[in-house]
Amino acid sequence: MNETSQSAPGPELAADVIEPGPKAARKPPVGHPIGLLAELTHRCPLRCPYCSNPLELERRDGELDTATWKRVLSEAAALGVLHVHLSGGEPTARPDLVELTAHCAKEGLYTNLITSGIGRAPGMIDALFDAGLDHVQLSVQGASAPTADRIGGYKGGHEAKLAFARRVVELGLPLTLNAVIHRGNIDEVEDILALAVALKAKRLEVAHTQYYGWAYVNRAALMPARPDVDRSIALVEEARKRLEGVLVIDMVIPDYYARYPKPCTGGWGHRTLNVTPTGKVLPCHAAESIPGLDFWSVRDRALGDIWRENPAFNAFRGTDWMPEPCQSCERRDMDFGGCRCQAMALVGDASATDPACSKSPFHARMEALATLEATGAAPDYIYRTIGGAPAPREAEAHL
Amino acid sequence: MIAAETDVPRLPRGVKLKFDAVRQRHVLLAPERAFDIDAIAAAVLALVDGARTCGEIVDALAVQYDEQREVIAGDVLAMIGDLVARRVIER
Repeated sequence: MNETSQSAPGPELAADVIEPGPKAARKPPVGHPIGLLAELTHRCPLRCPYCSNPLELERRDGELDTATWKRVLSEAAALGVLHVHLSGGEPTARPDLVELTAHCAKEGLYTNLITSGIGRAPGMIDALFDAGLDHVQLSVQGASAPTADRIGGYKGGHEAKLAFARRVVELGLPLTLNAVIHRGNIDEVEDILALAVALKAKRLEVAHTQYYGWAYVNRAALMPARPDVDRSIALVEEARKRLEGVLVIDMVIPDYYARYPKPCTGGWGHRTLNVTPTGKVLPCHAAESIPGLDFWSVRDRALGDIWRENPAFNAFRGTDWMPEPCQSCERRDMDFGGCRCQAMALVGDASATDPACSKSPFHARMEALATLEATGAAPDYIYRTIGGAPAPREAEAHL
Repeated sequence: MIAAETDVPRLPRGVKLKFDAVRQRHVLLAPERAFDIDAIAAAVLALVDGARTCGEIVDALAVQYDEQREVIAGDVLAMIGDLVARRVIER
């Protein structure tokens, strides 16, 4: 039996350096995707400063309609997708979510609701259960209400989430808690572990912030110090042993302090794809931060055609595109050179080695930058708002 | 983790055994996980019904595969125990 995990995507945003995407000399082999991230909407009651959505958030009137989503979901099933992650924004902001969930069930797709648990979510969860929903992933911003509500920018949010979690478990749905970890809540990791057990969650994701989108512009407010990171990792490793058979814990390591990069999305255009609220199809949710790539829309083409034929999907597919030191690296087929979007954001070249890798010439500067930001005074959050995108970082933000 | 002969395993809501027509193989779908299921694992999971004990599953497979019971028991209790530890199977 081989196990595959789909967690831990990566994202980005950034700089306005024009760097042409590489051209695929010949078409790399195309497999079947396992997971589809359906970003149904960007609307969300929370305002988390690390949101992985792009800075330019879509409004309701630009969103795909119900019929188009159903078509896309059917095409996904035919393409080999097994898991559909119903996400956003807050996906329950769409009244047709129950209908879309039932459609997935009819197509044999496994449905994972990625939710804040507030807004319309409590009023919809029973109907989603009846429609065949398979799993709920609930975000928490911390273990205590004052911390969590400050981070999410929503008073009363934490208490509402706890009530929502209890209803999910009461219905018999498997519950995962997802906690994005950063400077503002890293002291609560132990309490978050205890909260997951108390709520009878089956899984917990301790996901150190990945610096793309809103997290990138808030990096100096979010970056934790190295000793705190090490302590959080030790806590998780101890809890994994203590809680075997009770709680499965997945951890996403903060890659600014890493030795090797994350195998972002399991390889570009290899295992997962993402459909945005307006219908663009991306290899990952941050891919639009790479200039020079033209992402096709489900409004114009079938999902399978986009997956196979869009040059943007083939730009970094396989390993032929890789320069050194990735091309001859023994880890080439393990981490695929890391994250293209992070290379773009920090080095200004999407085909460069991810600077999270210790073999990157930029790695030492990346870690030094993290240490500098983590030990400086934390600036105020720039909260996520539709229409409130801050100016993108300038090219001098490169390492 | 090793399951006990007296455990009664079951697949809870959110865990599904499915034949994947695109890849022409069985897969076990769980939260954020997919497992390739070979013929033997599929035979074990087909008997996980929330009624049989692990011991009864071993008995049935020993007959089905005409194999020594202790050989089957070792494999089955380890496989089910592993999936219990991952919270994919409940007992």
